[in-house]
Amino acid sequence: MNINLTLFGQTIAFAIFVWFTMKYVWPPITQAMQERQKKIAEGLDAAGRAQRDLGLAQEKASQTLRETKEQATQIIEQANKSANLIVEEAKQQARSEGERLIAAAKVEIEQEMNRAKDQLRAQVAVLAIQGAEQILESEVDPKAHSELVNKLASQL
Amino acid sequence: MATSSAEYIQHHLQNLTFGKLPGGYVRADGSVVEETTWTLARSGAEATDMGFMAVHVDTLGWSIFMGLIFLGLFRYVAGRATVDTPTGAQNMVEMVVEFIQNIVRDTFHGKSPLVAPLALTIFVWVFLMNSLKWIPVDYIPGLAHALGLDYFKIVPTADPNGTFGLSLGVFILIIFYSIKIKGVGGFVHELSFTPFKHWSLIPFNLFLEILGLLTKPLSLALRLFGNMYAGEVVFILIALLPFYLQWGLNVPWAIFHILVIPLQAFIFMVLSVVYLSAAHEDSH
Repeated sequence: MNINLTLFGQTIAFAIFVWFTMKYVWPPITQAMQERQKKIAEGLDAAGRAQRDLGLAQEKASQTLRETKEQATQIIEQANKSANLIVEEAKQQARSEGERLIAAAKVEIEQEMNRAKDQLRAQVAVLAIQGAEQILESEVDPKAHSELVNKLASQL
Repeated sequence: MATSSAEYIQHHLQNLTFGKLPGGYVRADGSVVEETTWTLARSGAEATDMGFMAVHVDTLGWSIFMGLIFLGLFRYVAGRATVDTPTGAQNMVEMVVEFIQNIVRDTFHGKSPLVAPLALTIFVWVFLMNSLKWIPVDYIPGLAHALGLDYFKIVPTADPNGTFGLSLGVFILIIFYSIKIKGVGGFVHELSFTPFKHWSLIPFNLFLEILGLLTKPLSLALRLFGNMYAGEVVFILIALLPFYLQWGLNVPWAIFHILVIPLQAFIFMVLSVVYLSAAHEDSH
């Protein structure tokens, strides 16, 4: 338990150890720790950012989906509407076409009838003249009697 | 080997001393030293007679060995310190470093690249030196005896030279930083005018402050030495019991030292930081 040179030996060893620690031990370790801290902070930051981005993207996606759905219903509606319109137009066309056909047919019938009447009238005139010839047993001058016959025929 | 209890205890508390014996000195075995020689002391009396010109080989050896273990481990980790996920030794080293960092940040308010590494060195080194106490008291001295060394005391902090050596280093730093930060005039002024700010009380102030200044390393060294020495003595006393009874006291005492050993290292470290912090504070 004597105080002797060991004291200084110990102090010198202490000084060397402290110097070594200060120079070669402390800086690399604390630097690594600091860098890791920074890295972790950055990582957490990035995670937060990514989460926010994800939220935004999800919102955007759902909005797009909603818009698309709306558009789709609009398109369907429009399609329905135009289909109805086409059907309606077709119906209208058909109806008018039919009416037109009916009208044309009527006109033709009228014409046919008139034509038949005219023919009949002419034949009746001929028959009347023949009848009259037989009755009179003589020839009838068609020229002389044509006025009479035509009058008769027009009365038919 | 020592025979009686008292001799056994004394034997275990004697350092392996290498020192200067003056010419004409009568050694323990009766032989006379022809002329002044440096040699290993063969008895406690010889060690005492060597006076100041002697070295405790065991204290120095073990403390340097422990210091090299500390530096080796920490330098190994520092050299391959990775920013990515740390593993194994790096985890442990970083835990210690962070612990020291927090304490220094809380206690030390100046700016110095030295204080934190100093605190780390003190804490781990003193812890390692203290922890030599867990090695049963007869193992290494017994081995040394087999190798022909009469005395061997392995706990450097149970040797006042060991602890005073440390506190001397801290004391030099206290003085150095006091003068560096405040200047010689500022330092003297601080010693002269605290706690009483009056010229007539300068002698009283000086007495008080210088006493306070000198008490710092003294208390640092004596606290650590006292705790370790007392613990050592108790371990040696327990070792005097019959071997089948020793564990009953030995084990609780060793378990108690799980608290004492880090605590003393911690106190030494914290007080050093506090003292250095005070040295850095400019009161003007």
